[in-house]
Order: sequence, then C-alpha cells, then structure tokens
Amino acid sequence: MELNTLTAHELIDLLKTKEVTCDRIAASLETRIKGIDSKVKAYVRLDKQKEFKNSGAPKPGSSSLEGIPVSIKDNICTEGYNTECCSNILTGFKPPYDATVIRKLKDAGASILESKTNMDEFAFGSSTENSYFGPTHNPWNLDCVPGGSSGGSAAAVAADEAILALGSDTGGSIRQPASFCSVVGLKPTYGRVSRYGLIAFASSLDQIGPITKDVTDSALLMNVISGYDPFDSTSINVSVPNYRLSLGQDIKGIKIGIPREYFIEGLDREVKIILEEAIRELKNQGVHSQEVSLPHTEYAVPVYYIIATAEASSNLARFDGVQYGFRANEPTRANLIEMYKKTREEGFGEEAKRRIILGTFALSHGYYDAYYLRALKVRTLIKEDFDKVFKDFDCIITPTSPTPAFKIGERMEDPLKMYLSDIYTISSNLAGIPAISVPCGFTKAGLPVGLQILAKPFNEEILFKVAHAYEQRTAWHKMKPKI
Amino acid sequence: MAITKETVEYVTHLARIELEPKELEKLSRQLQGIVEFIDKLSGLNIKDVLPMSHALPINNVLRDDFPRESLPVQKALLNAPAKEGSFFVVPKIIE
Repeated sequence: MELNTLTAHELIDLLKTKEVTCDRIAASLETRIKGIDSKVKAYVRLDKQKEFKNSGAPKPGSSSLEGIPVSIKDNICTEGYNTECCSNILTGFKPPYDATVIRKLKDAGASILESKTNMDEFAFGSSTENSYFGPTHNPWNLDCVPGGSSGGSAAAVAADEAILALGSDTGGSIRQPASFCSVVGLKPTYGRVSRYGLIAFASSLDQIGPITKDVTDSALLMNVISGYDPFDSTSINVSVPNYRLSLGQDIKGIKIGIPREYFIEGLDREVKIILEEAIRELKNQGVHSQEVSLPHTEYAVPVYYIIATAEASSNLARFDGVQYGFRANEPTRANLIEMYKKTREEGFGEEAKRRIILGTFALSHGYYDAYYLRALKVRTLIKEDFDKVFKDFDCIITPTSPTPAFKIGERMEDPLKMYLSDIYTISSNLAGIPAISVPCGFTKAGLPVGLQILAKPFNEEILFKVAHAYEQRTAWHKMKPKI
Repeated sequence: MAITKETVEYVTHLARIELEPKELEKLSRQLQGIVEFIDKLSGLNIKDVLPMSHALPINNVLRDDFPRESLPVQKALLNAPAKEGSFFVVPKIIE
C-alpha cells in the first residue's frame, strides 16, 4: 500500500490500529516527492530542506493529527523555516514565531514539512506563474497551470506529494487551484481562522484554509485550525462546532440557489454541462434548487482589484530592505529613499509591482473617492445581494472557475484576462462568506472541474454537509493523475 | 479616465518603486486597460450606500492592558540585512 496516496482520516485509522507508523508515512511522502516533484514543482527550496518535523504527542484537549504530515504555503510563518512568499524580497526570511495555525497544528501533533509549497508571489495571481521560483505544473496535464495562488498546495495534494495542505484565499486562491487540480479547497468565513502569522496581502479579504483529498479531511483540518485568537483582532469569538458531525447527513429538503449571473457568456460549455450534471445529482438526493439573482456580480472583479490592491499596497510598504529580507546592494547610495526604491524594484516581481502601483493609485489624493471609496460602497451592494438570497436559501451553487486549467504562459501578458479567471470566487471574499470547491468531473481533454458551494457567515457546516453528500455518490475525488 | 506617464511616475514615487523607462511605459499601458475596466463602477448609483471596509460587523476591538513578553531585540534583528548592536542600520538620513 502506498501510504502517500491515502487521506488523513484513513491514515489516522491505520495509526490507531498500529498498522503503520508516522515514520513510514513520512518516508512514503519523501519518496514520492523525490520521484515526481522535479516535474510538478509543487514545493520550493526542496534541495535544501525536505525534512518532516514531528511535533510529538498532541496536547490534551487538542484534536489529534498525530504523525500526519501537513504541507504549508510559503506565506504562512513557520518559526525557523524559510517563509518567503515566493518573492525575492523575502529571500532568506526565517520567521521568529509560528503562525497561530502552525501552533495549532503542532499542538495537534501534526508534522510540518520544512519545505513550503509554491505560490504566486505574495499570492498575487491565479496560476502560480508569478513565483520567484518558477511555475508549478498541473498534475493532470503538466503543460497547464495548477491555478493559484495556492497552486503548490493544490498540486502537492493532487499528486499525492502531500496528505493535507494549507493555502490562503484572498479572491479564490484556495478554491480555484483546488478546482483545477481536482481536490477539495475551503475558504472559511472571514474571522473563522486566525490570520496571525499569515503574511498579509489584503487584510479584509485574506483567510487561511485547508486543501485536501476529500471533504472528511477538510472537516478534520478545520477542526484543528479554526477558532478565536486574541493575536488576530479580526478573528471572531464564536464557538467552533465539531465539523465531522456535519458529515454523512441527509440533505433532503435543503434549498439551493443557482445564480443566473454565473451561467453566462465566458463560462466554458463543457464546464457548464458538468455543473448541470452535478446539480442533477444533488436534486436526486432531494435538494430543492431554484434560479436566483446576484445582480451586482459583474462588479465584483473591478471592486476586488481596487480593494485588494489598495490593501496590498499598504501591507507591502513594510518590505523596504530594513527589517528583513533583501536589500539592494548599492554601497555608494547615501539616500534612504533611493535605497527603498532600488530594493523594491529588484525585490518585487512584475505582478507585485503592478498591484502595488495600482493600489497606490486607487488610494492617492484625487483618486481616492473615485476609486477606493466607490469600490467600498459597491462592496456593500455585493454583500447585500448575498444577504437577500440567504434569507430564502441555505446555500448557493456555482462553478468554481469559468474554465478548466489553462496552458502555462497563455495569460501572462494579459493581466486583465488573468484577473477574470477569479470571477466566480471573488464575491465570497468581498462578502466574507465561506465557500468550498469540490471535484465534480473532467472535461474531454481530462482536465478537472470544480463545484463551488457558498453559505452564510459561520455556516461551514452546511458546506460540509452538502459537499460530503455529493462526494459519497460520486467518485471524482478518488481519481488520480498519471504523472 | 486616461492614465498618463506622469501619473504613473508620480504613483511609482509614492509607492517607492523605481522603474526602468521601458517598464514604465509597459505598465502605463496595462494600467490604462485595467483602469478602463474598473471605471465600469462609475455607472452605478451609490448615492445612499454606506462604504464597507470590513465584511463583519466588528469594530474597536480592545484587549486588557497588561504587560506581557515581547519579541527579544536580538530575535527581532535576526533577519535584518544590516544591523549593529541593537539597531537596524540604514543609509544616513540626517546631515
């Protein structure tokens, strides 16, 4: 039995009956990584670091993930291990503390891989092509992107180079790659998981979440990482349910809204057919579905690219060559401002510069009202659209992405086209609501398609309930890519 | 609206990023396209809409004011590209 191909819940069962050991699980993953990561490139800095660090027995009261390896996106701080956001400007950065999610994983006994997963620089992107270390390849077709920005985490899980992985999602960065790689990706409600130690992109939108092989593992990982954290003033102090209790439930009578604005021009024909088939499957299980309207959908992408870049330009001001990371080597320069400018020119990649400059523009004197303030107002309208639908419906179902994975290089010269690949995932970040992507089929060319379910704030349970019920009746999540 | 090269130069200065003339030109072109796209928002009536900077209704989060351990100076300096004693070293800023 290849242990690296199993899910965390299967491994936990085998560990309990002592049929396997933690060391054998780690060894099996290491062999897999050694065997195929030169093709997939899901991990970064693999040449220097690939050890699993065991955290030992779980602390009393913690959910147990004892001996289960977890792979971590390169923007989540791990004390003493490089955390570089796949950016030159953070070269060599070793955080002096663990992110809260890492501390929680260690408390649960999980083992953390020293090497981190690849991502678009600072999570700026939808394809993982904007990484300083070069792109990750989609395990289902190595010529295609894995999606992004958490492309490394999604590809690692899909290629059985990881058991569980953490990603972060600001506008779809967990769900879109999960959809492109045929794995399960969840963006929790804003405030559900602590952002302490997540290197900030857009503070009002970012959330950390699980990328896993199935829905049960997603619930398992959420049980460990969720909850209020005094170190994150935007995390919310509400109790966290045991998400495993949402699994295996009857979904008869659940009311599902299908937003008509998501099934329009731009949606790939095959993706549409696959989605309709998935909705039929849910109907067979007794859910009621009805067309609904989210009238401000078309404004979500422009609103997002103003708010997210504005917040990013402010958050990334800290990378100035003084406290950490890279500083431009200009010994003759006496001027501080020149040092900043040179450091940021050499330290940031093209997309990072583009977004910082766009965000600075939206916040600058004379443009603030026309762009930033206007975007905040339209954000209210987008949230109200969801509030209205959730008065009558338990959840909303949409495709995760309008197209399957695209070819590496295809959208790199056209930033606007790249931004539009997030059109179905962005709204839930703006509204702060939870959303999950689950595998729901493959195109004729063999590329995965994802089904997205969205719910009210703090109602991850219904996502797990519906996603798990769907998963039980389909076998998409069990398909494995041939690499 | 039209994004001029001067606007981009001004904004790159605010953002403390230096750009080669070629890069600046390319970026001006791309920003023009992006701004035309986001100008789509100007058609909406938002007169009575309140701005939302945050998705959840929380504000003024306070904690108890008590002393606790903070990051030791040497640990905070571990990642500094240039340091001396307990200080970050930067180019001279006062003549």
